[in-house]
Parts: sequence; structure tokens; C-alpha cells
Amino acid sequence: MIKKIFFQSIFLSFLFFMEAFAAESGGMPQLNPEFWVSQIFWLIITFGLLYVVLSKLILPKISANLEIRKSQIVENIEAAEKKREQSELNIEEYKKIIQNSKNEAKNYFKQAREKVLKDINVKKETLDKELDEEVDKAESEIKNFRDNAPEKIKKIAIETCADLLQELIGTETNSSSISAIVDDLSRKKMDEYYGN
Amino acid sequence: MATNPMHQFEVYRIGPEIKLGVVDISFTNASLFMVISSLAILLIFNLGSKKNSLLPSKVQLLAELSYTFVSKMISDTAGSKAKPYFPFIFSLFMFVLFCNMFGMIPYTFTVTSHIIVTFILASFIFIGVTIIGFMKHGLGYLKLFVPSGVPVILLPLIVVIEVISYLSRPISLSVRLFANMMAGHTMMKVFGGFVISLGIVGGWLPLSFSVALTGLEILVAFLQAYVFAILTCIYLNDALNLHH
Repeated sequence: MIKKIFFQSIFLSFLFFMEAFAAESGGMPQLNPEFWVSQIFWLIITFGLLYVVLSKLILPKISANLEIRKSQIVENIEAAEKKREQSELNIEEYKKIIQNSKNEAKNYFKQAREKVLKDINVKKETLDKELDEEVDKAESEIKNFRDNAPEKIKKIAIETCADLLQELIGTETNSSSISAIVDDLSRKKMDEYYGN
Repeated sequence: MATNPMHQFEVYRIGPEIKLGVVDISFTNASLFMVISSLAILLIFNLGSKKNSLLPSKVQLLAELSYTFVSKMISDTAGSKAKPYFPFIFSLFMFVLFCNMFGMIPYTFTVTSHIIVTFILASFIFIGVTIIGFMKHGLGYLKLFVPSGVPVILLPLIVVIEVISYLSRPISLSVRLFANMMAGHTMMKVFGGFVISLGIVGGWLPLSFSVALTGLEILVAFLQAYVFAILTCIYLNDALNLHH
């Protein structure tokens, strides 16, 4: 419905348009040659001036401006590129420094460790030596004891035997015979104990 | 008289009558709007080219965008050989565009709605292009009328058609611009008249048409200036790079 009204109104408007044309007797003012020469004259003057001023003064300036801007932008990009390269170099340098200090730190650590290890070793050795000495001493003492023990035992055994005999018999006994018996017995026992 | 849609195209004298010999070259409203358009172009582009900052101001951006727009249009249609003619085509495009656009302001005069103005512009282009063609190629420019790859029997007919089409270029170029501008402005005037005559009750429909037409006419104003300039480029291309 709305569409219909719409198209009808367009159609009607064109009818009116035609009527408006028909009603006017003057027709198109464009075809009236009264001011043609004047229009041509002023067109040539204004357009000519416009052309001259634009081509001689303004357009070269705009083109130069564009050119300058372009070159400036290119320059800026180049400068930025240079800066980027510089910063990359700086990063490289920085990395190198970091690497160096890392290595140095590692070296320090290693040295310190070695020193500590050496110290520990030295101390351990001295301690070992002392311990060995102590052990040797103790061993020799033990050996001493062990070596002396049969003599002492023999002596004690002879004395004990002599005492016992005196108690039993009531007379002094010949210690040399007792010692010979004890010797014999102890040798037998010793052979049992030490196997030699 | 005010409701006559053709009234807006009438030319009248402003100031005294100036005579050069026997011809009348008085300053008219048409002359006034030619001067206004040219001055507006010069003002805008002068402002836009005065200071060159890396970040352009709005006027500068406008000027530079127009510059690149026209230069791209020329290099796209006519190639790099057309570079010397850039200022002319730029002036032409801007002149037609500004005349069209000034015509869109109510109570103004549309310079390009007059056949004599567009015809003079088109004839100038036609003559100029023809001279450039003959200067570049000598009589070889006549090869333009003999398309390659056409059967010999058809050749006479084709040549006649080509010559007619070539000679009708200024007429088609001028009538296209003039008729578009005149028809558009007449339509707007007619619809404006309807708004008044139909009053508060029925005037809304033509009013909405008027609004839509205004938008359309602004588009047409730009488009016709563009078409005028690009056809000039195409004619120039024919003259510079003869290939048919």
C-alpha cells in the first residue's frame, strides 16, 4: 500500500514537472545566448588564473611537502633501524658480560671448593696420621702386654705353685724345677692358643 | 516566478555593463561563482601547502589527499607520460568539483549547469588532446581511427564510426556534466516547490524526497567532477599512448 502511494506520488510529481515545463514560456535559460560571451570570458579568466596559480605556486609546494615527508619518514625508519641494531649489539654485549661474570663466579666457586677440599684433606690426613699413631701406640702396648703376659703369668704361676706347695707340703721347694714344669705346661698351652 | 524550477539557472548582470568592443562581458552571477570557486580552491590549497608538518593538519591533509587522489587517477588511466598534464587535470577536477559543490548551497548559482561553460571546457580539452596527439605521433595519430584486427570489409564503416565518436567527445563530455547538474537542480527545485504547495499535510513526502535528493546530488556533484576528470585522462591516454 505504502509502496503504491510512493510510486504514484513519483509518477504525479513527474506529471507536475512536465506541466511546470510546459507552463513556462521562457524555456531553458542555458540556451539564451545573451551572456554566453561573458561566461566564456570569465571562465577563461578564472580558470586560467586558477591553473597558473595552482601549477606554478601551490602544486609544486604540495609535491615538495609530500616528498619531504616521505624522505623524512624513510630517514626516521633508517634511524630507528640503526638504533635497533645498536641495541641488539648492546644486548649481545650485555649477554657476554653476564656470561663472563657467570664464568667468574663459577671459577670462584670452584676455587673455594678446591681450597676447602684441600683443607679437609690435609686435616683428614693429619687426623689419620694421629689416629694411626694412636692405634700404633695402642697396638704396641697391647703387643707389649701380650708379649709380657706369659712371663708374668709364668711368674705368678710359679709363685702361686710355690706358695701352694709350701702350704701343702710345708717346705721350700726348688723354684727352678717348678718353673721348668710351668714352662713346659705353658708352652703346651701357648701352642694351643697361638698355634706356634 | 520563484516557483519556476528553471529560474535558478538564469544569468543576470551584477554591477555595470562592461563592453569589449561589441561583445558584452559584464560581470554576472555566473562569473561571481566562478571567482568564488577559484578563490575557495586557492585558499584551501594555499592553506594546505603553507606549512609542512610531519603530522599534517586537517587542511594540509585535505590538500595532500586531493593531490594524491588526482595524481593516482592520472597515473592509473594515462600512465607516467601524463605527468606534465597533472596541474591542468587537477585544476579542472577541482574547478568542476567546487562549482558543483557551491551549486548545492541554496540560493547559489551552479556554473556547471550551463552548457556553454561545460562545452568550452570540453572543447578546450578536445582541441588540446588532439594537438598533443598530432604532436606526439604526427599523422600516425590517425591510426586511432583504424582499430587493429578488424576485417577489411568492415573497415570503412568502422573508421566512420570512430571518427564520429571522436568528434562527439566534446559534446558528450559537456552535455553529460551540464545535463546532470541541470536535471538534479531542477528536480530539487520541483520537490521543494511541492513541499510549499502541498503544505503541512501532504508536504512531508516531497520533503523527504528533497532530503534524499540532496544527498544524491552531492554524490552526483562529486561523481560528475570525477567523471569529467577521468574522461579527460582517458582522452589524454589515447593521445599519449596510441594503442587501438
